[in-house]
Amino acid sequence: MTVASVGWSFLTNPRAQWSVFGDWFFSQRVLEGVVTTVELTAVSMAIGLALGIMLAVMRQSRNPVLKSISWFYIWLFRGTPLLVQLIFWFNIAALYPQIRFGVPFGGPALFSGSANTVITATVAAYLALSLNEGAYMAEIVRAGLLSVDDGQREAAEALGLSRFQTMRHIILPQAMRVIVPPTGNETINMLKTTSLVFVLGQVLDLLTTVQLIYAANYKVIPLLLVASAWYLILTSVLYVGQYYLERRFGRGTARNLPPTPRQRLIALWRKWRPASAEVVA
Amino acid sequence: MSNGPMVKAEAVHKRFGALEVLQGIDLEVARGEVMCILGPSGSGKSTFLRCINRLEEINAGRLWVDGELVGYRQKGDVLHALPDRDISEARSRIGMVFQRFNLFPHLTAEQNIAIAPVKVQGVSKAEAKDRAARLLERVGLGDRGGSYPAQLSGGQQQRVAIARALAMQPKLMLFDEPTSALDPELVGEVLAVMRDLASEGMTMIVVTHEIGFAKSAADTVVFMDGGVVVESGPPLKVLDNPQHERTKAFLREVG
Repeated sequence: MTVASVGWSFLTNPRAQWSVFGDWFFSQRVLEGVVTTVELTAVSMAIGLALGIMLAVMRQSRNPVLKSISWFYIWLFRGTPLLVQLIFWFNIAALYPQIRFGVPFGGPALFSGSANTVITATVAAYLALSLNEGAYMAEIVRAGLLSVDDGQREAAEALGLSRFQTMRHIILPQAMRVIVPPTGNETINMLKTTSLVFVLGQVLDLLTTVQLIYAANYKVIPLLLVASAWYLILTSVLYVGQYYLERRFGRGTARNLPPTPRQRLIALWRKWRPASAEVVA
Repeated sequence: MSNGPMVKAEAVHKRFGALEVLQGIDLEVARGEVMCILGPSGSGKSTFLRCINRLEEINAGRLWVDGELVGYRQKGDVLHALPDRDISEARSRIGMVFQRFNLFPHLTAEQNIAIAPVKVQGVSKAEAKDRAARLLERVGLGDRGGSYPAQLSGGQQQRVAIARALAMQPKLMLFDEPTSALDPELVGEVLAVMRDLASEGMTMIVVTHEIGFAKSAADTVVFMDGGVVVESGPPLKVLDNPQHERTKAFLREVG
């Protein structure tokens, strides 16, 4: 009852200016902001996952140097606020005015340039988000690797598979079952965390875009509602994706997987309309 | 060299920390021989088996498989540790069957069998699939290739595990208590597969508590206790007429 009345007052509050909401929801600028947010999320998660797998495998390795590098990386990037990392990468030019890739210690350069032109706000955003995510994903992946019974490694190695093949074909696929749910969580988190790039002022993600719009027209609440609605839609899409990923990596653990919502719908349809179902078949 | 014993152990020692699990094992397994190793738990029999394919590294002594040192290359008087690649190569010719099956749960029975031939021997996927189908037929599971391990009974899983080891065309099979994790009514089907294998001339070392199997299928029975070989010989001698007090006590308890 309380929920309904609060909801009603919210929906009918004239100050929410729902018509403004409608004007901006599908506007070109907002849609571009949505695309930028999705790109930031997808790319940072992909790099973060790759980094996380690498760091987790390094952490498990027998080589003490690799182990310490991994430990140090995770310590550093988990121990400092993401907001600080964002601002740090954006201002890296103050520390290293010139950036060059090439043979170290005075060898030929493959690429070089001024840090200010190389590390744009967008590059800084990608760097900060993915490097930070790598540290968190590393711990998630490591938990997944540890969840696989040691007998699996022994069986694979007894068959003559190398350590790398054992990791790639036996351990990692089984670890995925444990890795996927928290990774879905991380992705949803990342989607919202990308809004932090507003501090750079130049990356036109969803939040930065609506901020720029309401800075000009003062319609703060309706535009924040536009952004919130888009964030909710995007997270809902991720929920569905996560559901199917979990099924995919759950193969072989349950004797029979429960039906998907689509399969349930089809089953219901067949039950009610057996005749037409036969025609379709 | 190829006419010598399949496995030869000389004064093999293995320590876990301060615990000396193997205190000097000497034995030989001839080609085509079926050896059953019996003994109370903690006697070191499983550890010895795991040393043979170097899942465990030995601390002293020498161990040969098919005339080659396990895990080392000898130059003059010095032993050099083999690189991982050579150890994997040696392991690929030794089949191992585990007490808890250790099938890969994310792969079907057929994929469990086909993966090592494809990844290690470079066999084509089609040929590996073919090989898997024939092996499944051989262990009596011709129709279960598409099943995941969780959809199979313990006995069926262990038969798939045997087929998986056989897919690498091993010259030696190691069985580490292959029936100990099975319900009593499922033990027979696994032992039957192992009997077939023995009658086809496979060299086998079986760590087991199945006295009946040892009696009927083994050429040699070894009784281990406290990290040493207490007694060994043909089953009729060791099982029916044991000489040592410890062997007699053990047989009274399991018999």
